[in-house]
Amino acid sequence: MKIALFATCIVDAMYPRTARATVAILERLGHEVVFPPGQACCGQMHVNSGYFKEARPVVANHVRAFDTDDYDVAVAPSGSCVASVKHQHGLVARRCGDAALEARAAVVGAKTYELSQLLTDVLGVTNAAEQLGSHFPHRVTYHPSCHGMRLLRLGDRQLDLLRSVGGIEVVELPEAEQCCGFGGTFSMKNADVSSAMMADKAANICGTGAELCSGGDASCLMHIGGGLSRQGSDVGTLHFAEILASTLEEPASVNGGVLLAGGVR
Amino acid sequence: MSNTFLGMPSLPVFGHGNLHATEPFPKAARRELGNAQLRATLGHATHTIRDKRAKVVAELADWEELRDSGSAIKNATMANLPALLEQFEANFTARGGIIHWARDAQEANQLVTELIRATGETEVVKVKSMATQEIGLNEYLEAQGIAAFETDLAELIVQLDRDKPSHILVPAIHKNRSQIREIFLREMEDVDPALSNEPARLAEAARRHLRRKFLSAKVAVSGANFGLADTGTLAVVESEGNGRMCLTLPETLITVMGIEKLLPRWADLEVFMQLLPRSSTGERMNPYTSLWTGVTPGDGPQNVHLVLLDNGRTAALADEYGRTALNCIRCSACMNVCPVYERTGGHAYGSTYPGPIGAILSPLMTGITSEENGSLPYASSLCGACYDVCPVKINIPEILVHLRGEDVDSRRAKARVPSQMDLMMKGAEWAFSSGSHLNLLEKGLPLGKLAAGRDKVIKKLPGLAGGWTQSRDIPAPPEQSFRQWWAKEHEPSTGVVPGNNSSEGGQA
Repeated sequence: MKIALFATCIVDAMYPRTARATVAILERLGHEVVFPPGQACCGQMHVNSGYFKEARPVVANHVRAFDTDDYDVAVAPSGSCVASVKHQHGLVARRCGDAALEARAAVVGAKTYELSQLLTDVLGVTNAAEQLGSHFPHRVTYHPSCHGMRLLRLGDRQLDLLRSVGGIEVVELPEAEQCCGFGGTFSMKNADVSSAMMADKAANICGTGAELCSGGDASCLMHIGGGLSRQGSDVGTLHFAEILASTLEEPASVNGGVLLAGGVR
Repeated sequence: MSNTFLGMPSLPVFGHGNLHATEPFPKAARRELGNAQLRATLGHATHTIRDKRAKVVAELADWEELRDSGSAIKNATMANLPALLEQFEANFTARGGIIHWARDAQEANQLVTELIRATGETEVVKVKSMATQEIGLNEYLEAQGIAAFETDLAELIVQLDRDKPSHILVPAIHKNRSQIREIFLREMEDVDPALSNEPARLAEAARRHLRRKFLSAKVAVSGANFGLADTGTLAVVESEGNGRMCLTLPETLITVMGIEKLLPRWADLEVFMQLLPRSSTGERMNPYTSLWTGVTPGDGPQNVHLVLLDNGRTAALADEYGRTALNCIRCSACMNVCPVYERTGGHAYGSTYPGPIGAILSPLMTGITSEENGSLPYASSLCGACYDVCPVKINIPEILVHLRGEDVDSRRAKARVPSQMDLMMKGAEWAFSSGSHLNLLEKGLPLGKLAAGRDKVIKKLPGLAGGWTQSRDIPAPPEQSFRQWWAKEHEPSTGVVPGNNSSEGGQA
């Protein structure tokens, strides 16, 4: 299968190792990964901040980059960005009265999957240790990000994949379904409430005794990890793609770096 | 606001009264967050109700179908509201009730005052009602020399303390029992000075206090949960029995109801009597449901009035992206699951309607530019928990985003210096509307290391971003972006970086 990677802006710029882990997993399964070069961002930050006018060219750029027959399915290592592509792009086009963009956005949205969705529902991965050689001998807890949980209804897909990694110990996170408080520009506009939500999330994570907290959205993990770091905690955050990509021969570093063949950290 | 002609007045009449935030939400939230007692009380209370709701909802195999029905019935009601209101009026009037129409809070308050004056009474008992809180009826009546006594336990506590409700179902959710005991000892005449803070003793004190009012009151004022168009019936759903007392004992009953409270048919109650108690109190069925249709000679109130209140509801109905907010049946499930409400409490929202539903309903009814209501749609991380529990499936996150757009556009329309947020969004529009633009920007990533300290994290940023760094670090950016790595891996001979093709990018 030819799979187009939508890296998402935050992963592209801040967490390239998550995108590289995504590529590694898919190639390990024997698929061809392409990277549509025009891609940039899903536009969610603009939309969720009320800047519809500014969101339009961002949405149009994404649709232009992915509206091709050059691939079978598109995948992104983010529930939130995929939810934006699937649910918000049409809304933005409609509000701007652009019926042609709305129609093209619907085609792109239908072909776009969140990583655990693609692995589980399309590629039939049920046992990461057996099918991907995943090995990660660490104690891990897991935060299900809101948009993956409530907009994409991912259910336990990410958690089940994590549980099937060799050597891993997955511990349950109390109040897991509570938002971490990120919310895009909410974290700046309502910084005090956002910080209070983050503090509770951080306390719950630290209470599990896990070495790190995994999840499916780099933005939420940056938020949680940034809070833990400020508190002086040793607990870090790591995207589940990097845990799936980790093997006995090429282990992921719990300190944030992932070592994969042919690249720098 | 939509300019589409919907058969309604082209100029929306916005709502007045207690529908406004008077200070920006972030400022109010900061103050409330500093109250550790409030945080603990609210956290405990919201989690308790939340868990109760989840348990009783899980008992019904057809819960999702019930939600779909509730949503469909309310959508149909709103689509046909003018005709249903007239049908309701005809049926209510035919059974001896008298209808009064109020455009806004002021008109409603005046109408109620005149109706009370006509009885010669200067005291009324009240059934808990959001509509009368919204229009500030108690304060208005007090200024006219009429004393209104709240009879719901929590409303009584709030009224005795001269406080404001902070939750639409549990108005005193922000007070613990020791605080309630102090209020009773201070404000209740004839209270036992040895009153303890045991819930049963506190309820007994309130019961004795209220009983005297019930038995002497000649006039009652209520709200209504539902108005049934095909029979002209009003319904009040409650837990304490104080409502039943007020609705049956006095000679005159004056009800204030928002025009959106209608249901087309009596039979529709079947759906809503399943949705409402489970969503609000987490009970399978509420203890008291009172239904009345006009006047029954020799039984109950003989003067039955209804004030039908607009106060911005028509304006909300005219907003095609926001109108489903009117489907709200005031269950408060959204408040009980909201991570923002749980931490700030209801007072931070300013309006009578707090929490997620208040953050959309208040600005929809008043207009986004009214006082500080433009800050309310931002009082959410858009986590979506509210939408999941809403019994009538109001897509609150989507309406929040719509109203943020209204706020941005309204500020854009005013000639002014762009805000930091405007500039950030404009810059991001350029960066994110083309792969080559983003690539160009990402070439500067190693510069980010300069901002980071020895521990490879950024601890302090200026301006708006300082909101982030007040409690969170940012990792130092990587040496190269993913797309730069990909380019080197896949086209090492040319060195072409994806997104560097100058023919792509730009406006669609």
